[in-house]
Amino acid sequence: MPVWRRRKGGGGGISKRATASEQQPSPEIDGKFEEQKREKERITKDSTHNSIKNLKKERSRRSCIHSCCWLIGFICSTWWFLLFLYNAMPASFPQYVTEAITGPTPDPPGVKLHKEGLKAKHPVVFVPGIVTGGLELWEGHPCMEGLFRKRLWGGTFGEVYKRPLCWIEHMSLDNETGLDPPGVRVRPVSGLVAADYFAAGYFVWAVLIANLARIGYEEKNMYMAAYDWRLSFQNTEVRDQSLSRMKSNIELMVATTGEKVVVIPHSMGVLYFLHFMKWVEAPPPMGGGGGSDWCGKHIKAVMNIGGPFLGLPKIVAGLFSAEAKDIAVARAVAPGVLDLDIFGFQTLQHAMRMTRTWDSTMSLIPKGGDTIWGTLDWAPEADHYCVSKTPKNNKTQTTQNNLKSLNYGRIISFGKDIAQLHSSKVERVEFKGAVKGSDYVNRSCGDVWNEYHEMGFNGIKAVADYKAFTVESVLELLQFVAPRMMKRGGAHYSYGIADDLADEKYQHYKYWSNPLETRLPNAPEMEIFSMYGVGLPTERSYVYKFSPAADCYIPFQIDTSAEGGAQQSCLRAGVYSVDGDETVPVLSAGFMCAKGWRGKTRFNPSGIKTHIREYNHAPPATLLEGRGTQSGNHVDIMGNFALIEDIIRVASGATGSDLGGDRVYSDIFRWSERIKLRL
Amino acid sequence: MAAILRFRKLYFIEPTLKKYGSFETSKDENQSLEKPEVDGKKEASQTIKEQQSDKNKKKKQARGWKCVDSCCWFIGCMCTTWWLLLFLYHCLPAHLAGFKGPESPGVRLKNEGLTPLHPVVLVPGIVTGGLELWEGRPCSQGLFRKRLWGGSFTEILKRPLCWLEHLSLDDETGLDPPGIRVRPVPGLVAADYFAPGYFVWAVLIENLAKIGYEGKNMYMAAYDWRLSFQNTEVRDQALSRLKINIELMYITNGNKKVVVVPHSMGVIYFLHFLKWVEAPPPMGGGGGPGWCDKHIQAIMNIGPAFLGVPKVVSGMLSAEGKDIASIRAVAPGLLDSEFLGLQTLEHVMRVGRTWDSVVSLLPKGGDTIWGDLDSSPEDGLCDFESKSYFPTNSKENNTRNDDTKPQIKTKQETKYGRIVSFGKTALTSYDLLQELMDVKRVSNSGANCGEVWTEYGKISRENIMKLADNKAYTAGTLIDLLRFVAPKTMKRAEAHFSHGIASDLDDPKYTHFKYWSNPLETKLPYAPNMEIFCLYGVGLPTERSYVYKLSTSDKCDTIPFRIDSSAGGNGGRGCLRGGVYFVDGDESVPVMSAGFMCAKGWRGKTRFNPSGSGTYIREYRHKAPASLLEGRGLESGAHVDIMGNVALIEDVLRVAAGASGAEIGGDRIYSDILEMAERVNIKL
Repeated sequence: MPVWRRRKGGGGGISKRATASEQQPSPEIDGKFEEQKREKERITKDSTHNSIKNLKKERSRRSCIHSCCWLIGFICSTWWFLLFLYNAMPASFPQYVTEAITGPTPDPPGVKLHKEGLKAKHPVVFVPGIVTGGLELWEGHPCMEGLFRKRLWGGTFGEVYKRPLCWIEHMSLDNETGLDPPGVRVRPVSGLVAADYFAAGYFVWAVLIANLARIGYEEKNMYMAAYDWRLSFQNTEVRDQSLSRMKSNIELMVATTGEKVVVIPHSMGVLYFLHFMKWVEAPPPMGGGGGSDWCGKHIKAVMNIGGPFLGLPKIVAGLFSAEAKDIAVARAVAPGVLDLDIFGFQTLQHAMRMTRTWDSTMSLIPKGGDTIWGTLDWAPEADHYCVSKTPKNNKTQTTQNNLKSLNYGRIISFGKDIAQLHSSKVERVEFKGAVKGSDYVNRSCGDVWNEYHEMGFNGIKAVADYKAFTVESVLELLQFVAPRMMKRGGAHYSYGIADDLADEKYQHYKYWSNPLETRLPNAPEMEIFSMYGVGLPTERSYVYKFSPAADCYIPFQIDTSAEGGAQQSCLRAGVYSVDGDETVPVLSAGFMCAKGWRGKTRFNPSGIKTHIREYNHAPPATLLEGRGTQSGNHVDIMGNFALIEDIIRVASGATGSDLGGDRVYSDIFRWSERIKLRL
Repeated sequence: MAAILRFRKLYFIEPTLKKYGSFETSKDENQSLEKPEVDGKKEASQTIKEQQSDKNKKKKQARGWKCVDSCCWFIGCMCTTWWLLLFLYHCLPAHLAGFKGPESPGVRLKNEGLTPLHPVVLVPGIVTGGLELWEGRPCSQGLFRKRLWGGSFTEILKRPLCWLEHLSLDDETGLDPPGIRVRPVPGLVAADYFAPGYFVWAVLIENLAKIGYEGKNMYMAAYDWRLSFQNTEVRDQALSRLKINIELMYITNGNKKVVVVPHSMGVIYFLHFLKWVEAPPPMGGGGGPGWCDKHIQAIMNIGPAFLGVPKVVSGMLSAEGKDIASIRAVAPGLLDSEFLGLQTLEHVMRVGRTWDSVVSLLPKGGDTIWGDLDSSPEDGLCDFESKSYFPTNSKENNTRNDDTKPQIKTKQETKYGRIVSFGKTALTSYDLLQELMDVKRVSNSGANCGEVWTEYGKISRENIMKLADNKAYTAGTLIDLLRFVAPKTMKRAEAHFSHGIASDLDDPKYTHFKYWSNPLETKLPYAPNMEIFCLYGVGLPTERSYVYKLSTSDKCDTIPFRIDSSAGGNGGRGCLRGGVYFVDGDESVPVMSAGFMCAKGWRGKTRFNPSGSGTYIREYRHKAPASLLEGRGLESGAHVDIMGNVALIEDVLRVAAGASGAEIGGDRIYSDILEMAERVNIKL
């Protein structure tokens, strides 16, 4: 650079001088020229030496790194610039764009109803379901240092990637007691933040909360009954006093506003609240001591969203082989990935070990046995017509004849043929007597513990030989393959149907979350709503196969090759599906309100009014709508405008008949009719 | 991506080629110059000129590209390095992070075998609690349930006026303005961190968790700290919520009484609660006279502002504290300029004056406590230099040595009693105030003062002159001054707070809620087994009284008073610095306010403490953090930083785990609080 500058200066001087002394050349100029010449020579030398020789090499070397740096810098700057623009943008801009593209969007229900003049009246209690509530760390092993009061579940899940094994260790419960393992305390996040968003941007309750706020709700008349969804229901009270907390908060809100509360449970929260209603009436050592009229005094309505009253078939596959439809498909597409043992991941096995310590999953095992879910050859939903994702209508009746009725009753069958044969043709070998071999015990399976390696080959074979399982036999199966888990669960849950509800044994808390083994509380003015999505294929039963690699792995897999073809479109990739909200089948969500509790029955002695509100699934029209305002999906339904409107109306004082009573799209009434249950 | 890369490559190579080309031409030119020796000098020079300009152009082009390029390159380098470091940092095992601090008190006490016994209730103070938006004007769109106060405060920068509008309250009712609902954040997150990285309760919570506390036996009594105490119940039912949660924790934790840990203003908030919970339902919580005895084990007041905070006076009078006054002294134009219409202080003052809670912090007890024109209990105890709290001077367990006193008394003549004085030598009292009250608001010149409303616009200049005319105001007359300059605020707030001393506590008027937060106008509840702790920092200069001057600005609606930062010199260690007289304290609350009730007012059986609840004073001497790694210090005595003081945390933990006041060592005193309290003449 100095060379250049000097040269430039020299050149400038020369040219000036040259013009000035054009007529009279002088030796001075000659000298200058000499100097200039020399200088120029030097420069050329320099430049040729430096640049020609080194440039090429250097360029090729430098340009790569430099252009990388440049590129990153460029991208960063652009990103920052866009970010800046985005931040500087008026907040209403996205809405403006959306409206320009899709036409004016309808007002969110909160705004609409606010304009109608609706005001906050009844306090609202939210009861979140399984999985959606956040959990945070209060005490942990050294590997979790620095995460005190940070979310382990919910939020970003960043820790899953950073220290997966540590994370699994902290999320698991003790497999004997179903409570905290020693030295670990993971507790539910409290307040509305517990379940407003599950992960960043993935709303659960947030939309509903925002709409309720529009008509005047705020923290003081909204309460999120957050609880640790991994524990069995009674244990949430034993460990965290969650039920007492909910009771005293409801009492507080009733006392301060003078109005009864509207309870909105979602998913497993439905069962949890069922448990709560029995708990609060029961006398103190086991219950909350509220007395038999507590519910009548404090609760106006229970608006169950996507309630798995009678359990979820999905959970069977989850407990049996830690897979549901999604994982089974992933395995079919990339067979190696999930089964790979390279990094010692054993993902599924770990997941299974962890989930099997969670007692709450057992509350979702299908209830009511074969009476509800069907026998080997009969099921209430047998005439379900699968092709239609459009509203169920009378077409079902006409096309029904062409279809073979489906054996939904066999929740697990080994092989597609077995799934379709009539039961008289299936040869079944009893498995319960089978000796659990010990030929696997010596093999090292790492840290993974999933009870399967204790079963031995004989046991596994025996299971597969039984061929087809109904709900009742699935229970026995689970007891066979996961004895410890079921023993723990058996102390907290029951899955049968009560013959005589007056029997003293039904005072025990293990029956409280099963609607078929409890009576509703004495609260004739209370209303129960069952609100759920329909129009989505929902897992109902499975075709399994014997897994070839039976070493340390889970020995059973969903047989993804089993396809129903055109005739039986309900069978896809080893899974039979029925109508529902993608998680809960219609039967589980609707049966109690459609039949079990309708009118005065033995399950509903005080004649609490029940209403069914179904929401037909319509996928979001454009990407801009996000997860849709008319979704019927199990979780996305929380953003369904029609559902939100119903909730707001009830919260501001409307009754079920003001809303229009039942609103049914599915065949729930016809299916319920077929179930022979003494009422 | 690939396209960009290719595009980039083209441009990256091109300029260098050009440059390279230019070298070649210059070489050619040199050769051509060599051949014709003398002839065509003009030509030559012209070619040179052309070449030069040509080169310059090319060079400019090249450099133009280079500038953007090298910027991008630089940013890229920075980013990459940053990411690399970040990555390395994350890869680092958590416990290998170099500096390993001393064992936290929680761990130590856990090893001693402490386990949770009493449930703990935390009551945050003013300012530290988060506030979030529930309903707002269109300008606040997208902020639903986002924090307006606490957290990152980004909205101040983005939409300052909108932010101010949402944080102010209605200036008639002291409640929400129509169409706006800003509500306190509930739960432990309400005040664990004030801003990211700036802990308030977080350290204490973490230490409590170490010995086994968790959500079920720890409760943060978050309330809207802008409202008057009774209004938090009227609007949010915050007191009912607190009551029911204490009852719940009492029952679910095996009938164990709770330990309450209020901080700063939370102390008088909880005092209000104690009276509220006993009072009958329409006004109170209906818990009956035995409630406190049944449910409360101990109250551990941290940095208690029992008798008010003098700092608030200057805040209300001219929206400035020590810090702002010195900023103004350094850069006189900055805060006063109306450049860009930013009347910062005026805006702050307007918003601050709608917050009733501020009034609860005005000095209570009048001249009896805070001193009259000529003397105050703290006079002569300004001795930061001479005493400076050498460790040898420790006065634990009351072994005090009075011999050191006389030497100090000669040192400096301070008149702390005059909380506000105009001019350093102000003498006369406020006699003219009464007549001023009659003439005020006649000569307001209807001038357009923008939208800023500070009430000063309504007071004529002459009246302000009269107010300021070489007068001094004591804690008693100060209230009158404030009533005059901020009539609306005081009218609203005085329905909720009182600042006097009761002569007869049995007077039925004292059942009104406005007296509940004043310890000098209420009896403590009947709870002979309850213990009251006063935990506060000492050893830091704390604002006590102010020297004011008239502001030079004549513009309408500006604040007419300013702290006279020239009085008493800037810096140094005297008691008068930058217009502010200092006493011992924790930088916000003077020792007098924090300690008097525990030292004298409630000690033994007095009329304020009829059941004789035990009181203990625990002082923590300030020690600045030794190194930067310590952050805000493990032995700090500052008003908020004391929440991270290990000695204080240990005390709280021990009491929560079941220790009594005597077991943790009774009184622990470093300051002159007992002597000061002695000098206060109050009927007990």
